[in-house]
Amino acid sequence: MAKKLLLGNDAVARGLWEAGCSVVSSYPGTPSTEVTESAAKYPEIYAEWAPNEKVAMETAFGAALAGRRSFCGMKHVGLNVAADPLFTISYTGVNAGMVIVVADDAGMHSSQNEQDSRHYAESAKVPMLEPSDSAEALAFAKLAYELSEQFDTPVLLKMCTRVAHSQSVVELSDRVLPEQVPYEKKPQKYIMAPANAKRRHPVVEERTQKLIQWAETSEINRWEKGADRKLGIVTSSTSYQYVKEVFGDTASVLKLGMAWPLPEQKIRDFAASVDRLVVVEELDPFFENYIKSLGLKVEGKNLFPMIDEFSQNLVREKLGMTAPAGKALAEAIPGRPPVMCAGCPHRGLFFVLSKLKLTVLGDIGCYTLGAVPPLGAVDTTICMGASISGLHGFSKANAGAADHKTVAVIGDSTFMHSGMTGLVNVAYNDSRATVIILDNSITGMTGHQQNPTTGFNLKGDPASKVDLEALCKAVGIRRVRVVDPYDLKQCEEVIKEETAADEASVIISRRPCALLKYVKHNPPFHVDAQKCKSCRACMKIGCPALFFQDGKAAVDTTLCVGCGVCKQLCHFGALKSSEEA
Amino acid sequence: METKNIMIVGVGGQGSLLASKLLGRLLLTKGYDIKVSEVHGMSQRGGSVVTYVRYGDKVYSPVIDKGEADFIVSFELLEAARWLEFLKPGGKIVTNIQQINPMPVITGAAQYPQDLVQKMKDAGADVEAFDALSVAEQAGSPKAVNIALMGRLSKFFDFTEEEWLQAIRDSVPPKHIALNEKAFQLGRK
Repeated sequence: MAKKLLLGNDAVARGLWEAGCSVVSSYPGTPSTEVTESAAKYPEIYAEWAPNEKVAMETAFGAALAGRRSFCGMKHVGLNVAADPLFTISYTGVNAGMVIVVADDAGMHSSQNEQDSRHYAESAKVPMLEPSDSAEALAFAKLAYELSEQFDTPVLLKMCTRVAHSQSVVELSDRVLPEQVPYEKKPQKYIMAPANAKRRHPVVEERTQKLIQWAETSEINRWEKGADRKLGIVTSSTSYQYVKEVFGDTASVLKLGMAWPLPEQKIRDFAASVDRLVVVEELDPFFENYIKSLGLKVEGKNLFPMIDEFSQNLVREKLGMTAPAGKALAEAIPGRPPVMCAGCPHRGLFFVLSKLKLTVLGDIGCYTLGAVPPLGAVDTTICMGASISGLHGFSKANAGAADHKTVAVIGDSTFMHSGMTGLVNVAYNDSRATVIILDNSITGMTGHQQNPTTGFNLKGDPASKVDLEALCKAVGIRRVRVVDPYDLKQCEEVIKEETAADEASVIISRRPCALLKYVKHNPPFHVDAQKCKSCRACMKIGCPALFFQDGKAAVDTTLCVGCGVCKQLCHFGALKSSEEA
Repeated sequence: METKNIMIVGVGGQGSLLASKLLGRLLLTKGYDIKVSEVHGMSQRGGSVVTYVRYGDKVYSPVIDKGEADFIVSFELLEAARWLEFLKPGGKIVTNIQQINPMPVITGAAQYPQDLVQKMKDAGADVEAFDALSVAEQAGSPKAVNIALMGRLSKFFDFTEEEWLQAIRDSVPPKHIALNEKAFQLGRK
């Protein structure tokens, strides 16, 4: 079959398709998102965005129970949300195969923490495969279904940023659709009430023992013999690639394709065959601690960091070799952090929050960039939904005191994910919270995915659309206001009124993301240099399309989308739309 | 053959993913093993972005480390300077001379460094700097700056012009082929 250059995530999707996966339900999260977007392009696969990872995993479980191979994908922190079903689906097992992608983000390219998902495989007692490039991503996705059905377990497929977002060469095969496995009622297997769960737990422990036997002989735990016995390296995933880049065929390598459970005898034999045993693994000492528990002498985190991603130079440096060096410029290069785009509807709203000096409990999305100077308007970012529940606690701790200075901000997709339950708590347990929903009609940060508020589904077809105002009212919020974040005056008035109110309120800041294709942009603004007094008031919004040149404000016409927010800050009428001379 | 390393650097949103797609297509037709590592997610929002393209008989690591790049193709001048340390001694920089102010410069917290082309040359780099934005505009659209840069890069490779043009035709939507072919040819001059 044809050879093709595929992104790791696209290769997983291809593997799902070739393995006859029929149902996909996921929540987007970098670096996992493209698996599901890519799977949705195969007409034979039903694919959807679920409101959150727990819903996605339970949906995938239901599909597997009904006898079709199923899938759900998420980023590492998404598995925290879906951990509840995972730990018990481990007990029930599946009917048809069920595969879960969890994508870690060592180096935190686009994440709020650097957790190591391998711990979940061990604690939930489910097998985890760990590909190291696109070819393995495709092959392991298919293998995961075989294991899932052979051992009656969900299977985790662990990606990481460098495997998920790197392209490499794969060979394609055709799709093979297995027969649907008939659903049979099996209360003792599927009703995890205590009496049944007590009978299932031993099954899980026996399954792990059988999986260890499989791992001992499987080719995916590959022993690559080196030129001599001086050095033996145990590694997996992208770390394997860095090790091979440095050592080629000179060192012995035990390449673990299955991160859990681990092949005890194979590891003992490998250790015995080399003089020095080193584990090269990103993040936590997961393999290292296991190997130490076997009583073997091993090095790992005494050499390599638990922080950030690795590279070939790091491997060279830590294992006593010379790393190539380049020559940097002597002078400091100004950083270029990500910024809110020109025309971003969040900008105006955050400017007002900053101006009013409010305490802002933030959430997960593009609007985390509201924390960056010059806006600097965000106080906390924890996890999906934490803004609203955190604000509830914040206002309860201030009970009796006239606070009126704290708000929560949360995006439309994040609100659907796990903000709604927090809002129910606000209404039910009666705090005076002011919640601002930033409704930009899309899931922005992960690259424009549809969600239940947008009116479209993953395939782009029209879908049921959540009425946010009605939802907020239905849970018991009586004060629900809608503002246009391009209108600074309106935003300020409404935020002042609602934070002053003696009951809970929701402000919906509504305007679609400026990058959406259907959003019509105005022609760029320009500066009347005669009128510009160089006061820099316009620079307070941190718009990348505005800059200073020869002491006057200027507009980058390639970036400006004519949103007009800057114009509202100029007291001298120097910023003008294309219609004004 | 030994693995060759090309870095494509720029500002999120400038179109570096199309440049790496084009290179990937071309190199695949030449029968090389290839790895291309990209940036998705938060950094794309106007931040500094880097794409690594590696090819050879067998490529392991998906990333390029300090002192390893044979070429750095930069969409923006400051970004070329930022990644200079990744250039191999004797490596080449192909850069657009366009300057895009990062937020610390916009807010006045930092200055955009002056004379970067000369400073990079003084540091020993072989620098090919040109106005890729004007070339792209001449071809019909400022968005073709990525292909204009690929045109200039192509001068330093043994692949034929037709092989590059075919990779362009395979990588862009049909309605944009003529524009991109023109941007490539103007960049290659």
